[in-house]
Amino acid sequence: METLMAITIGFLFSLGTYLVLTKSLIRIILGTSIIGHGVNLLILTMGGLKTGGPPLLGGEDLSYTDALPQALILTAIVINFAVTALFLVLAYRSYKTLRTDDMEQLRGYEDE
Amino acid sequence: MNNALILLIIIPLITGMVLIIFRKKIVFHRVASAAALLVTSIISLILIYQVKTKGIQSLQLGGWEAPFGISFVVDMFSALLLLTTSLVAFACLGYAFRSIGTEREANYFYPLYLFLITGVYGSFLTGDLFNLFVCFEVMLISSYVLLSLGGTKIQLRESIKYILINVLSSSLFLVGIAYLYAVVGTLNMAHLSARIAEVGQDGVTTTVSLLFIIVFGLKAALFLFYWLPGSYSAPPTAIGAIFAALLTKVGIYALFRTFTLIFYHEPQITHLLLGIMGVATMVLGAFGAIAFSDIKRILTYNVIISVGLIIAGLASYSLIGITGSINYLVHDMIIKALLFLIGGTIISLTGTDKLGEVTGLIRTHPYLGWMFFIAALSVSGIPPLSGFLGKVFITKGTFEAGYYWLGGVGLMTSLMVLYSVMKIFMNAFWGETNLSQEMEKGTTKGVMFPIVLLTMLTVLLGVGAEAMQPYVKIAADDLMNPLHYIHAVLGSNSLQ
Repeated sequence: METLMAITIGFLFSLGTYLVLTKSLIRIILGTSIIGHGVNLLILTMGGLKTGGPPLLGGEDLSYTDALPQALILTAIVINFAVTALFLVLAYRSYKTLRTDDMEQLRGYEDE
Repeated sequence: MNNALILLIIIPLITGMVLIIFRKKIVFHRVASAAALLVTSIISLILIYQVKTKGIQSLQLGGWEAPFGISFVVDMFSALLLLTTSLVAFACLGYAFRSIGTEREANYFYPLYLFLITGVYGSFLTGDLFNLFVCFEVMLISSYVLLSLGGTKIQLRESIKYILINVLSSSLFLVGIAYLYAVVGTLNMAHLSARIAEVGQDGVTTTVSLLFIIVFGLKAALFLFYWLPGSYSAPPTAIGAIFAALLTKVGIYALFRTFTLIFYHEPQITHLLLGIMGVATMVLGAFGAIAFSDIKRILTYNVIISVGLIIAGLASYSLIGITGSINYLVHDMIIKALLFLIGGTIISLTGTDKLGEVTGLIRTHPYLGWMFFIAALSVSGIPPLSGFLGKVFITKGTFEAGYYWLGGVGLMTSLMVLYSVMKIFMNAFWGETNLSQEMEKGTTKGVMFPIVLLTMLTVLLGVGAEAMQPYVKIAADDLMNPLHYIHAVLGSNSLQ
């Protein structure tokens, strides 16, 4: 299971990196979002993957699931969601103002 | 347990939320945000007193004992930074009253400003690594909006880059947190420190710590500063000044906290790397400060140089070096705000930030000119102003640690800092006056108060350095002895 997760996370990260390196702004935003999902899966995996254990300590069961990574992921998802929403709005606004979403044309300083 | 800690978060946060409801009442916005910052200044003064008399203060939120709940901790290092933050934020707010414009004021400038300060306070206070991430995000999201508020072309263009680099570094931060949780099994900083000290800092932990160097390096503009010059010169003066004064300093604080409390067992790897990055930052920053000839660009590169110098003190990892860094950090927050405010005033007076087009302002604005002169001397570390002591201690610390190259580069770049700010002073204030008072695009009326306040602070901090040293000494002692912090947070649990 861990191996499968590792491959999935690696795939998400490489896909996200590829998208961030493209020129179009909307793809870059999608790329950051995908990297965010990869990070969430990573936190889940790093907390230890167990099937069937309740998230309780001190019960009868010997195996228990650590609930903390899930709490962390919940927070991270909310933040990621908010930032992506803001980023998309900003992208739309800057497309209307600057008339381009090509990062090549947004580089450097004005006076260069 | 000390409930005063949470007040620093609650007061600006609640004030900001209330202000959102009363959108139209601008005067109320101004009064309420100034009052909130005054109250937090007083609370941070009280905290400094309490830390001095009773040791490190902590608060376990909701009564959940550390390491299970979230801890808020204030030691002398964070208490000093909290007070400086409050004062600088108050001064920049005063500047914003007259300069930010009704358009931005009506579009939630003050609530966003308070949320930014909330995030900064939270980052200084928190004793939990994930909570540090959350506080970073509170600060960053407010800064995204503040940076793009107004929606001019250059602001939009620079905010895209700024948001992108910060979203990516936040993702890396989470990756670091995930790895650290897998290796050590806790995220409470005191608990992390205790556990790593117990089992030793092995290769995996050191590798994770390198990831944290990258993450905090991005936030602090340590070597990875390529996003900074553009985004700090895009927004209006008051916002640029608060960014320059606070945002990179939060990254520096995080580096200090993690590399004196948690990952301090392998200084020949981590701290040496920090030193190398510090040197690269200083040298590249100095090139930028000398090469450009417009005021905002020179000042933003000066922000970068000082980051390298402060980290040099951390890299030496000696008591004297850390003492110097704390001195310099407090000084730098004040002086960068001051330089940005004066620079912004020059630009608003003349309508241009090209050095060649501005001359002879000293005739029409003598006070502004001389205060810039004081700021310029202070930023390059001329005694008796506030930059001197920090620089001496940092240099001494690096020499003691055997990093002569580090201290040497620090001194060399001081000269380049002096050259770059004197370039502004000589070009903008000396020479023939080509701008009569009627032709000026802006006015200094009402914006002089914050500038005078900050100038007085830098002079006081320099002349009265002796009075401040006992506090800095406590701060440096606590940073060099992680056990103090661990005992204050975990208490009797620290043996488990």
